[in-house]
Amino acid sequence: MPPILEVKNLRKEFGGLMAVFDVSFDVQPGEIVAIIGPNGAGKTTIFNLLSGVLPPTRGDIRFDGQSLIGLKPHVITGLGLARTFQSVQLFGNMTVMENVMVGCHQQATYGLIDAAFRLPHARREEHHIRERALAQLAHVGLESHAEEPALSLPFGRQRLLEIARALATVPHLLLLDEAGSGLNHSEKAELEQLIRVIRAGGVTVLLVEHDIPFVMSLADHIIVLDYGQKIAEGTPDQVQADERVIAAYLGQEA
Amino acid sequence: MKALWARRNLVNVIAFTVVLAALGAVDIFRPFGLSFSALTGRVVTLDTMIRIGILTIVVVGLNLLMGYAGQVSLGQAGFYALGAYFSGILSTLATRHTILPGITGLWWWPWLMIVVSMILTGGFAYLVGKPILRLKGNYLAMATLGLGVIIHILAGQFPDITGGYDGLTGVPRLSIGSFTLWPMQRYYFLVWGAAIAVIVISLSLVDSRIGRALRAVHTSEVAAEASGVDAEQYKVQALVLSAIFASLAGSLYAHFQGAVSPSPFSFRASVELVVMAAVGGLASTWGAPFGVGLIYVVRDLLKSQLERLLNVRSGEYELIVYGIILVSIMIFMPEGLTASSVQFMQGRRRRHGNIEPQRVQSNGTVEDLGQ
Amino acid sequence: MRQFFRGKIGKIVLATGLVFAAIALCVWLGSRQRLLPQHYVQLTLDGMRGGSIYALMALGFVVVYRVTGVINFAQGEFVMLGAMLCLTIHKLPLPLPPALKLIVAIIAAIVLATLIGAAVERLTIHPARRSPPVTLTIITVGVTITLRAGALLAWGADPYVLPAFSTLALEDHIFRFGSVILQAQTLWIWGTLIVVLVLLYFFLEHTIMGKALRACAVNQRGAQLVGINPGRMSMLSFALAAALGAIGGIVLGPVTRPIYDMGLMLGLKGFVAAIMGGLVSVPGAVVGGLLLGVTENLAAGVTNPTYKSVFAFVILIAILLFRPQGILGGTGQATEEVK
Repeated sequence: MPPILEVKNLRKEFGGLMAVFDVSFDVQPGEIVAIIGPNGAGKTTIFNLLSGVLPPTRGDIRFDGQSLIGLKPHVITGLGLARTFQSVQLFGNMTVMENVMVGCHQQATYGLIDAAFRLPHARREEHHIRERALAQLAHVGLESHAEEPALSLPFGRQRLLEIARALATVPHLLLLDEAGSGLNHSEKAELEQLIRVIRAGGVTVLLVEHDIPFVMSLADHIIVLDYGQKIAEGTPDQVQADERVIAAYLGQEA
Repeated sequence: MKALWARRNLVNVIAFTVVLAALGAVDIFRPFGLSFSALTGRVVTLDTMIRIGILTIVVVGLNLLMGYAGQVSLGQAGFYALGAYFSGILSTLATRHTILPGITGLWWWPWLMIVVSMILTGGFAYLVGKPILRLKGNYLAMATLGLGVIIHILAGQFPDITGGYDGLTGVPRLSIGSFTLWPMQRYYFLVWGAAIAVIVISLSLVDSRIGRALRAVHTSEVAAEASGVDAEQYKVQALVLSAIFASLAGSLYAHFQGAVSPSPFSFRASVELVVMAAVGGLASTWGAPFGVGLIYVVRDLLKSQLERLLNVRSGEYELIVYGIILVSIMIFMPEGLTASSVQFMQGRRRRHGNIEPQRVQSNGTVEDLGQ
Repeated sequence: MRQFFRGKIGKIVLATGLVFAAIALCVWLGSRQRLLPQHYVQLTLDGMRGGSIYALMALGFVVVYRVTGVINFAQGEFVMLGAMLCLTIHKLPLPLPPALKLIVAIIAAIVLATLIGAAVERLTIHPARRSPPVTLTIITVGVTITLRAGALLAWGADPYVLPAFSTLALEDHIFRFGSVILQAQTLWIWGTLIVVLVLLYFFLEHTIMGKALRACAVNQRGAQLVGINPGRMSMLSFALAAALGAIGGIVLGPVTRPIYDMGLMLGLKGFVAAIMGGLVSVPGAVVGGLLLGVTENLAAGVTNPTYKSVFAFVILIAILLFRPQGILGGTGQATEEVK
């Protein structure tokens, strides 16, 4: 099967600083892949490049065979690549339900005029969006909080809500940026379970993680970054045995 | 849940319409010799009420742009001016230049020109919106400010077209067939009919896919785009819509005054519109009529009282207090009167219902872009 | 081709080309009005006079913006206050020789305006300091309205006069160079700008307070950690801005006729100048002010004087769209702040 995501010689410079230096990797459909590395290794920058928030200095990103270079973030989302953020970015002026409904944005087509005059086709689509959003909330177990303000949820649930919003865009590939950070043990276990369910539903998952044990039990394939460069790649066992990885992490601790 | 929300909106709209219609009817039929201004203790005259209606239309649009989409405009009076001037110029063509003499005198010509003005102003907003909305926050505020000031200055410059500083006169009254929408009692119904229509449109929008997209862009453009929302497109749409509303209000103003001159469209007017929106409450459609009304009433009261106290006739001394009120509102109730009073009531209800008040953070943060 | 204009040399070529195109356009329009070379000199000199005032105001904007993130609309009102307070104090029947009387009036006006600036910050910005900058900016609009209406109440709607500094009378010395004329007050304005710049430089570089202010502008949290009180620095920035504005108003007084609403347009122009300089840079503000003054005066001179302000705001929008970092700035801080 062709890879769902191909990253080739991706490079990002910030005023002379190499945040990402010629990184290449593939993601196969149906896999759970994790990118790990010490702080400042360029993990979040790679996510920002993949999701179109930042333009790469050079290199290519192909998603389902199509290049993403130069595409706007919302177009990339429309192609089936969704993401979450390291610091949860919910819409604080909306309810839990409405947050997920924003994720359904491209599942409807009605425009300004239809909405302004409440034309029948707008109402029909709106009804449809509601049902979809509710289904996504049920998926992450938040349906009973649907009408509460999004930021009234405890932090762990805010993470789940952000994932529900991302899933509402109907992605083929889901990027989770440090989805486990700030969660307690049982919440992490729940998250791990949810990620497995998401994969079982046919969505490929790419994680950026910091918490090594969490990733080792979950990921099929791991990519290790250090100072913007890929230093190792393979199954969890292969990566754990790699001397450069050990050195990078020990070096950081020393 | 959904049905409840929609019903509450409907009830509000109907109640609002009935009250306004009743007030208007009083002035037409004068039961027991009552008139509008007598009912309100001479604080609000029919003239004031019409002006409030006209500005409500502008502020509803500004609220969509600022309150919901989060894009500050300090030049909204510019769009308001464009509407007034387009309407004024186009509807007086016949008397001034005898262009299309047969048609421009017909009753529907001014109505058609109101629509044309809205299209022209909307088109202008679209053209300037694309580049200008790339700017954010203070920078956007300043660019729109510049735009408004330019329109204001240019309006006073071309005597052949705009009438220069003296302005245009002879803007015709509106009529439907041979039924003239004048005296004021009739015009009142037109203005408030339009205002209510604009409010209904705004309420529908806010609670739709479009409204959610706008609110999402307000909180976090990055998260909105990651959710599939084309932020640029919706910001431009909000600007164009607010410009079209402002243009409609401008046209209604021109046909109300019968004349158009540059002075009501200055930078100060733009600031006042923002103040009205802020006082009513940004991100609250109903805040618009109340914000506008409150500012008008407070200013009129201040003016008459201060003139009596200080024993002076001219000048704009009421602005001192007006400025202080603006500052106080921004300090103590940055979310506006409507939102603050609603919160106050909800707080009370919660305490009575023994539900723990939930801590709601005011804003999501944008921090972790490109490490 | 596009790539070329993005590069450093390309940008210089492009900028030079634009400048020459602007000069050519200016000369062509001027020739249609039959302007002679001395007319251009006159227009430039007058433009530099107005530009010096814009520069003083732009400095006020920059100081407040860098420390607090607020665009202080009341900057123009400080100019008005400076001029009005000065001429009011000057009119008091003090038993002093005329020159000393003017000096006393100038100093008293600057001090009073500075105190008003500090009071404005304490009363309006400080209580709302946790609000987003746009809210604070709107607050300064409210302050502007109040100050202007207060001035109307105090001084009425008629324009006043302030004597020229050299002659201590309404008639100023006039230097003639052929048909080009230069008022002595213009020299006072330029001199004041230079003195203010030197003093400001000394204050920011060589006093503890000035260093604290700069620290606060660079990194507020860091400044707080080393014991600088950001609230006090915010007040100081407003006081400094008010002083700069008042000085501008006082030296401008004799060449315009001070009136209660003079602050509005001056404030907006000062802001345009600050934006031209990138809103965060002191030298940028000065260059921006002078350039704005000269440009708008030349543009108005070769077309129609009533369009003078239009040019200023067209420049504002053009700068915001194409060079939000200002005309001098590289791709530094200002672009980062355009978020």
